[in-house]
Amino acid sequence: MTTSYPLLPSVRVARFVAQGFLRLDAVVPEELNTEGISALAAGMPDVPYGIPIAEAFPPGTFTSRLIGLPAVAGALRSLLGPDPTVDHHHVHVREPHGGEAQPLHGDAIIDTRPDAFDVQLMYYPHEVTAEMGGTLLVPGSHLRRTNETDTGRYQNLRGQIRLTCPAGTVLLLHHGIWHAGRRNDSDRLRYMYKIRFNPTAPQVRTWDTADLADPAVAAELDARFPWYEDATGRLEIYNRVALWRAMTGDTTFDIDHWATRVSNRPRRTA
Amino acid sequence: MKQQVLVLYLATSALDADVVGWAAYDGTGRTNPTTGDGDQPPYRTGVAALRDGWRLLQASQLIPPYPGHEYDMSFLKHEFFFEKLEQ
Repeated sequence: MTTSYPLLPSVRVARFVAQGFLRLDAVVPEELNTEGISALAAGMPDVPYGIPIAEAFPPGTFTSRLIGLPAVAGALRSLLGPDPTVDHHHVHVREPHGGEAQPLHGDAIIDTRPDAFDVQLMYYPHEVTAEMGGTLLVPGSHLRRTNETDTGRYQNLRGQIRLTCPAGTVLLLHHGIWHAGRRNDSDRLRYMYKIRFNPTAPQVRTWDTADLADPAVAAELDARFPWYEDATGRLEIYNRVALWRAMTGDTTFDIDHWATRVSNRPRRTA
Repeated sequence: MKQQVLVLYLATSALDADVVGWAAYDGTGRTNPTTGDGDQPPYRTGVAALRDGWRLLQASQLIPPYPGHEYDMSFLKHEFFFEKLEQ
């Protein structure tokens, strides 16, 4: 990756921690999208698991230039830290009027890491309309401990996002987020290119932390989503606090005393 | 008679709580509900489904958290299955 890119501010990283994804609309220029469609149509060669980015995607290749775009490189660096490796990549194709909707799922297998996460990049080289059945995303689902398609029974959740986006949009997802490819009811082929990245260094203060004390950070972390049950919605905040503490190294961070209250055990004296 | 099934996920364990998620399966074959096919829940609450003729088949049990896992989050907890029988 290039070394000259804008890092995300804390408030954007906090939004990622709360929502489980970051959306970069139309960050890829038109000429690269045109090239991207050709590259995805031709297919991408497999790469071995866990190799450095420069080995997986040599300089000059389409993918190298995609993830080297300043906005993309800066966001990846902000979330993953230095020198992430490539887990795998895959081109998803939805034929016109073809295919069934995927069951709601999280990728890979249940993943209980409390202080590390993978990032999945999803790239859309063309406009995605509602009819084209773009990716279904469930904001704030990434910290739930569920295994792959065990969530398949959940067809719709309040506040879900049925993605529509302009050409050249990139999503960065926490590995745990619930999502699904929707049925393509249009006359157009739909492409989505996914790359999974693994961190190789602690994901601690890897972004631009100048605004770390901004109250907007806590406000982002306190976001509730319409599909949350009342009680478990509170546990979401508790678990976000835990992740934010791990990512900042600040063991005193809290929101509305949720984590502090339940860990307060004054030492009794005789 | 063929069975239509409606699954509602509610905000609390009460049947009159708001719907937060839903799924449907249609044994008549007249509709084909699937993932991500709508943003508006079919009913505001579980009771609203009863009033529209859906019969409650099953409600989630209330299960205490396993010791040491009180703050874990996983599946939606308040799941209610309903049915209608149609020709």
